[in-house]
Parts: sequence; structure tokens; C-alpha cells
Amino acid sequence: MATQDVTEDIRPAKASFLYDPRVRSLFVQAVVILLLVLGIWWIVDNTLLNLRRSNITTGFGFLRGRSGFDISDRLIEYSSDGTYGRALVVGILNTLLVAVTGIVVATIIGFLVGIGRLSNNWLIRKIATVYVEVFRNIPPLLVILFWYQGVLALLPNVRGSYVLPFNSFLNSRGFYLPRPVWGDGAWLVLAGLIVGVALSYFVARRAKARQAATGQQFPVFLTSLALIIGLPILGFILSGMPLTFDLPQKGAFNLTGGLNVKPEFLSLLLALSFYTAAFIAEIVRAGIQGVSRGQTEAASSLGLSSGQSLRMVVIPQAMRIVIPPLTSQYLNLTKNSSLAVAIGYPDLYAVGGTILNQTGQAIEVVVIFMVVYLSISLLTSLLMNWFNAKMALNER
Amino acid sequence: MQEHDLSWVRTEMALAQSAPRSEAGAFAWGRKNLFATPLNSLMTAIAIVAVAWFLPKILNWLLFDAVWTGTDRTACLTTEQGGQLPVGWSGACWPFVINRFGYFMFGRYPIDERWRVILTGILFIGLLIPLLIPRVPFKGLNAVLIFGIFPVVAYILLLGGVFGLPHVETSLWGGLMVTLVLSYVGIAVSLPLGIILALGRRSRMPVVKLLSVIFIETVRGVPLVTVLFMAAFMLPLFVPPGVTFDKLLRALIGVALFASAYMAEVIRGGLQAIPRGQYEGADSLGLGYWQKMGLIVMPQALKLVIPGIVNSFISLFKDTTLVLIISMFDLLGTVKQSISGDPTWATPQTAKTGYVFAALIFWAFCFGMSRYSMFMERRLDTGYRR
Repeated sequence: MATQDVTEDIRPAKASFLYDPRVRSLFVQAVVILLLVLGIWWIVDNTLLNLRRSNITTGFGFLRGRSGFDISDRLIEYSSDGTYGRALVVGILNTLLVAVTGIVVATIIGFLVGIGRLSNNWLIRKIATVYVEVFRNIPPLLVILFWYQGVLALLPNVRGSYVLPFNSFLNSRGFYLPRPVWGDGAWLVLAGLIVGVALSYFVARRAKARQAATGQQFPVFLTSLALIIGLPILGFILSGMPLTFDLPQKGAFNLTGGLNVKPEFLSLLLALSFYTAAFIAEIVRAGIQGVSRGQTEAASSLGLSSGQSLRMVVIPQAMRIVIPPLTSQYLNLTKNSSLAVAIGYPDLYAVGGTILNQTGQAIEVVVIFMVVYLSISLLTSLLMNWFNAKMALNER
Repeated sequence: MQEHDLSWVRTEMALAQSAPRSEAGAFAWGRKNLFATPLNSLMTAIAIVAVAWFLPKILNWLLFDAVWTGTDRTACLTTEQGGQLPVGWSGACWPFVINRFGYFMFGRYPIDERWRVILTGILFIGLLIPLLIPRVPFKGLNAVLIFGIFPVVAYILLLGGVFGLPHVETSLWGGLMVTLVLSYVGIAVSLPLGIILALGRRSRMPVVKLLSVIFIETVRGVPLVTVLFMAAFMLPLFVPPGVTFDKLLRALIGVALFASAYMAEVIRGGLQAIPRGQYEGADSLGLGYWQKMGLIVMPQALKLVIPGIVNSFISLFKDTTLVLIISMFDLLGTVKQSISGDPTWATPQTAKTGYVFAALIFWAFCFGMSRYSMFMERRLDTGYRR
């Protein structure tokens, strides 16, 4: 009897269901959803009312309308008779052009400066430090404007342009470079390049397998270099050298022909790559310093030369630390390319802004911005994640 | 006992010899740091040539060839361009900056009322400095003053309209003042909002978590220009007709939302670094969710990510320049406007001078913040070194 009483006493009292974590969590989430739905409903309602008042039709139909404005920098055919949609495509391509060239230039400068920060040479080390500290702490927009209004606008006009080698000119309208014109049979050169790359990949795989099996080495780098450079040249000769240059001609008031790199593009490229390079330099430095000293010492005790230990021991391990932050710097550069609007380089943002002013389709244009930038971000992350997974530590 | 003959033991100390010439002194330092290998020597030579070529040019432009006095553009023009300076002259045109200094600092804020901005600035500095020096006591009170009382005082002082202070429209605000207002509000809003978003992202409630993730990743995936654009053009569509939004307020909302998404990611990093035992310890003490986070987890997590937080502040400070794109005049905006929209100072050197001046100010702020974060990092590093 007594024992039974005790068991009854220690049975936990039924807690009020108000204190049940699951009930609380469900309640909180229900409230959040309710608030969200109400908020969205309120916003949508207001927006529709506002749009109706200012006679703006919603939807993406406006993209088929005639744009009526011209775009000076373009990679594809476009004129003011083109549609808004085509203008946006021109803008997207310009954004991608700046982003890709910027990433390449920033990576080169960044790696050089980052290695310079760790140099044994005191002077080089100090110069690299000054570079990083200066460019990291100045807003990129300021640097863009500095190049555009402060430096490139001061270049002489067309008549007084600086004459550079290879019939190139530099003046306030930008760089004028010879433009390569490919004739018939140029596809052979491209084919040579593709075959060269494919063969080098094949050679590298075979050489690795053979080294793993027998220990014999094969000069992969030199072979690949010969293949990648040699085959296109062979194609070039076989097809009868189908390359001519469209040289810029200096007239009385104007330069005609050639490839014109506009000052807007140049300032944007210089500013973005200099700015991002300062961050990449710090990432590279952290990556190399993150490889422990024991690794370098072990490499030299195995008899590797300093170049070999750098190439085969330090860099592969440093890359693992470097790649994730490098990805976010690439994304930052791509996003910062939207600053182009400040100097009138027709990137996606500038073109979209013009369209918005003409049509008043604020929501649609902003949605297009977001979709494009989010997809670029997503694609870059996917690519870099794939690269990261390839470089990741292969543990058992 | 046998006497030891100790005559072979030296009785006086040998004098220390100076280190060999190859190991100490300027010569050895140079050999080690500048001329260690042939390649290194070559690099040194190239670097010396580059510095010797650039540094005098920069210094001449900034200081020695620069013009310091003048009242309008003719002071900075060569004879060819209609001034007095020799042909081919190139140097900074500082009178432009001196003449426009008030505009760069306050924008079009009425000159008679500028003491209010200066007073606000002094109040802010007076509250900030004790907060930044670790030894000064009353940190809690100080924080309440700077984040609770100061905004109210600053709002009244800057905007006016009460206590006999004339009302000053925000469209008249400009210059460094707007830059600082944007940064202060961005920082003060993004930190708590970032904490909430970070907690939301780590929440067990799927709805809360999903919403936080969507917000953070969307904002982080688009450029700030787009967010500002949204704030400038779409926000007015979202509210009932007739309700108008101040332009500065719209920019503030955009900047604060953008910064809080980045802040959330920084804080999430700190939350992830706190060992599980800390959470479980708090649970076993019977603390509720907010007690656990507020008393145990957050203090440790925030301490860990102070460098990251300061880095976000620096980015935010630099990003405020982007409001110039939605035609607001922060420091960079006023400089740009004076360069391209003011014929009194239109000379070839004006643009360079103005931007160098703005760059110096931005650089000083950002560099100061980054040095302070390094100092705090060293100071807080004590207990966490593994």
C-alpha cells in the first residue's frame, strides 16, 4: 500500500500546456506567418493602388517596347530601335565583361601583392603593405571617380593623343588598339587550341597515373605548354595565316577604326581591380601563413627544392584556405560593378535605371536586377564550390 | 688534502667581441633584407627606382608644387589656360578644398545653424572616446547614453523644429555629416537586427529559420545599389498614397537592412564557435531561451567576432558613399557636385584635388577603425588561445 502512495506522489504533475515548448514554437511560428501575410497583403494592396493612380501597368510586356536610347559600349548589335529587352541584355553582357576582366586583373595583382607582403625583401614588403592599407580603406566609388574625372579626363584630346607602339593611341576618349580581324579558316586556330587543351588534360592524367604506378615522372608542364601554344600556331599556318589588323587611323579630328576601350570601362576596371586586389592580397597572405612551418620543413627534408615545395606542398594547402574567401571577393567585385552607373558605363544597372526612368516600371526593373545578380552570385558560388571541393583535403 | 693548481683558470673576464660584420649592423640588415639573392637584389633595385620616380612626383603634387591660396579658379590655371602658373604645371589646388570646406562638412545646412551640427559632433566624440578606452568605467551607462539618449538629442538638434530651434529639412543636409549620420544609424540598427537575424537563422522553428535565410541570402546576393534603389523607388509604392517618406530616411532604411544581413552572418560565425557545452550548461541551470542567449551565449559570441563586426562597420562606412547614386549628397557627393557642377573652380586639377581630399578623410576613418579592432583583438585574445 505504502509503496503505491509514493509512486503516485512522484509522478510528474501534468505541466500546463502553455509551457510546452512545442506548443509555444507552433504559436510563435503561427504569429510570424500571420504577420508576414498581413504585411505582404498590406504592401501589395498599397502598391496596386499606387500603380493604378499613376497609370502604370504591371507585367513584363514593356520589355518588347522600343527603347529609343542608344548604348555606346556594346558587345552585340543594338541600336535605339531595339527593344528594352535587348538593351537589358546589352547591359548584362557589359556587367559580365567588367566582372570577368576585373576578376582576372584583381587576381593577378592580388596574388603578386600578397606574395610581396611575405617577401624576404624589406622594401617589397613595405610597398605591398602600403598598397594594401591604402586601397583597402578607400571607398571603391571614390576610386572610380578619381580615375574617371581626375586622371582619364585630363588626357589630351584626339589631336594630341599619345602615340603608343603598335599603332595604338591613348587620349581622352580612351585607348585605341588594333583590332584583330579573322579571315576564312580561322576556325582551325580555335580547333587547334581546343585539341591542345584536351590533349594536355589527357597527358596530365596519364602522367599522374604512370607516376603513381611506376614512380617515373613526365614533363607535363612543358608538354602542355607546347601543345596549347603549338597546335593553334600550326592551325594558323595551315589555314594560310588568316589574320589582319584593323588599325586605328588618325584623321584630322577623329580616330577611326580599331578597337576603342572607353575611359568609362577603363576607370571601372582599374578601380575595381585595384580595390579588390587589396583584399585578395590579404587573403593570399593569410592562406600562405596558414600552412604550418612543419610542412615546409618536411618538404625540404624530403629533398624538394624551394620552388618544388612551394608548388607541391605549400600552394595546394594554401589554396584550401584561400578559395572560400576568394569566392566572396569575386562576388563582391561583380556586385561592385554596379557602381558603373556613377560614371555612365552602360552596365545592367545603368541601362535598367534608364528604362525605369522612361517607363516607370520600378518593380519589374528591380526584380530583373535581383534575379540577374542573384543568378550571377549563385553561378559563381557553384563554380567556386566545385573548385573548392576539387582542392579539398582528400582524407580517408 | 691536495691543493689544486688553478693557474689555468682565467681570472679576468674576456671582453665581449663585437658581432661579425656580416651578422649585425646596417650592412648585415641590408644583406639579409634587401640583397639576399641576386633576384632579391634585382627586385630591390626595381623597387628603389619605382619609389624614387613616384614619391617625389606625389609629394610635389600634394605639397611643394601645390597652390595654397586663392579665391577662384584662376589661382590654379597655367598661363596657357588663363592663369599665372607656368605651362605644364601640375599640382593640387588646395584653395578649392579650403573654400568649399564648409560645404564638404555640412552640405547646404544653413550657416547660422551649423553650431548644432558641431555640438552634436562634440557630444558624440565625448561619448565615444570613453566607450572606446577599455580602462574607463561606467561602460553600461556610457552605452545607454550613446545608443539610447544621444540619438534623441541628435535628432532634436539636427532636425530642429522644437525648443525654438528652426527646422532644417534633411534635403539641406550634406557632406561628412550625412556620411556620419548614415554610418551611425546603420551601425546602431544593424547590430541588434543582425543579432536577431543570426538567432533566427539558427532557430529550431522552421518558419523563422526559412525567413531569416531568405532575407540574409537575398540581400547578400544583390549589390547595395539595388537595395538603395529599392528603398528609393519602391518604398514609396509600398505605403498608402499620401504618406511620404523622407529621402534620407529611405536611404537609412536601405543601408541599415543591407548592413544587418552582413552583420547576421558575422554573428552567426560567433554563435557557431561557442561549444555545445555552453548551451547545455545554460539549459541545465534552467535558463530560458532568452536568458541562455543573453547571459551565456551572446556575450561570448560577440566577444569572439569583434574584429568581424568592426570589419562590417568599415564596409558600411565605405558603402555609405553609394547614396550618391540615388542623388544624395554625402561627403563624396558634395565633392563630386563641387567638381562637376561649379564653374568657379573648374580647373584640370580640381577633380584630382577634391577626390584626394575625400580619400584622405575616408582613409583616416577606416584606418582608425581597423587599427582599433586590431587593438581590441589583441586585448580580448587572452582566454581563447587554444
